[in-house]
Amino acid sequence: MSEPSAVTVTSQTIAKLARGVRLREDPVRGQTVLLAPERALALDEIAVMIVNALDGERTLDAIAAEFSVRFEAPKDQILSDMIAFVDEFSKRRMLELKS
Amino acid sequence: MNEHVSIARTSEWNGGRVRIPAPIALLAELTHRCPLACPYCSNPLELDGVKSELTTEEWISVFQQAAALGVLHLHLSGGEPAARRDLVELTIAAAKAGLYTNLITSGIGLTEKRIAELSDAGLDHLQLSIQGSTPALADKVGGYKGGYARKIAVAEWTHAAGIPLTVNAVCHKQNMDQIGDMLDLAVTLDARRIEIATVQFHGWAERNRKALMPTKEQVLRTNTFVDEARKRLEGIIVIDYVPADHHSTYPKACMGGWGRTGINVTPSGKVLPCHAAESIPSLNFQTIRDMSLEDIWYDSDAFNAYRGDSWMPDLCRSCDRKAIDMGGCRCQAMALAGDASATDPVCIRSPMRQLLVEQADADSRAEPPEFVYRGRSIEAD
Repeated sequence: MSEPSAVTVTSQTIAKLARGVRLREDPVRGQTVLLAPERALALDEIAVMIVNALDGERTLDAIAAEFSVRFEAPKDQILSDMIAFVDEFSKRRMLELKS
Repeated sequence: MNEHVSIARTSEWNGGRVRIPAPIALLAELTHRCPLACPYCSNPLELDGVKSELTTEEWISVFQQAAALGVLHLHLSGGEPAARRDLVELTIAAAKAGLYTNLITSGIGLTEKRIAELSDAGLDHLQLSIQGSTPALADKVGGYKGGYARKIAVAEWTHAAGIPLTVNAVCHKQNMDQIGDMLDLAVTLDARRIEIATVQFHGWAERNRKALMPTKEQVLRTNTFVDEARKRLEGIIVIDYVPADHHSTYPKACMGGWGRTGINVTPSGKVLPCHAAESIPSLNFQTIRDMSLEDIWYDSDAFNAYRGDSWMPDLCRSCDRKAIDMGGCRCQAMALAGDASATDPVCIRSPMRQLLVEQADADSRAEPPEFVYRGRSIEAD
């Protein structure tokens, strides 16, 4: 049990939801929620798509490249949005990161 | 944090008229039995005996009703929930209902095998209480010799099983100056989160005010410490902090507002808007043996008693903070002002504020007397 250290998120980061953090449908309120200890966050479609893409295998760069083709949008913009998103969730200890 | 994410909450405040939101969380007090005897125990003064406890089937029905009603988080608590022999079975049922399942435990009664079983059952998260940063202090506060060592073992087994861990540190006059050590311990135990909560002065804690009430200086030091630690440990541990509210300027939004987000079910099935609500004698509470959870949530007098603002005194109804703190804590108004509809005496605008501050200040400076320990309920399962 060594002391973990905070990781810097980059284009080469590989991320997935940490254990104890999960996405589910919330039929009563008609939304998709991300559940974590004492937290319930309502995600919009874009956030759900990002979370679902964090498969623990692909880098953020690879995911951004795929989204760029699929949505015909500039990859750099997508990548910088994703890095900000992953960084924020990582600070909340909701993700497991490799990089 | 991000335009794509918001707090999952649906309630609306419509000029005094309230649309009742679906509840987000349910706290299931599976039993009042507990091996510890903490002097700030939040369970009511009158404990439910083992014979009145809901059966396994009844609890499972509560979980299923809660999920259908919109509850997302289930907290399995007590007393000590591990005192229930059916804890694994209950966890399986809760996970099957789709609930995010959190075990709130002292650790006593958990073994390595049982934690592995809970992990397989789908337990999402475990919250372990720590009473102090050293075995001597922790065991003194909990009134249970060997408790500290057991808790460290439980944290290690939890880590080995892969279940995410929160350390829950209740702080007060006698351990507040060691809060840094408790935080270091939580990091060493690889907790993802620590909840630092100042004792709430209800129920049993009222009897130990002189032993527990922190000084203003301690509170200010702790506030500064937490701000600094949050920056230093960002990405390593999440710090949730409940400051001492007798030293605050405004009341807390107790329970996120009465009947707005949470439900509490007692061991015998009584359904409460908060765990201390039975301290308000004018309210009658239904049990899940009499009524469905849905009918209690939407239609019972007790849940509707302090929703919206029509119950508020003019001082609160005209206040620009009413949508922030929801009028504060009703049980605190009952305990200190003798009227559950009064302005929360913690509020700077309450006529009782000065008296409250003076009492808190005097209790905080008193030489701490011996603890009056919570009596243990020792009936067997």
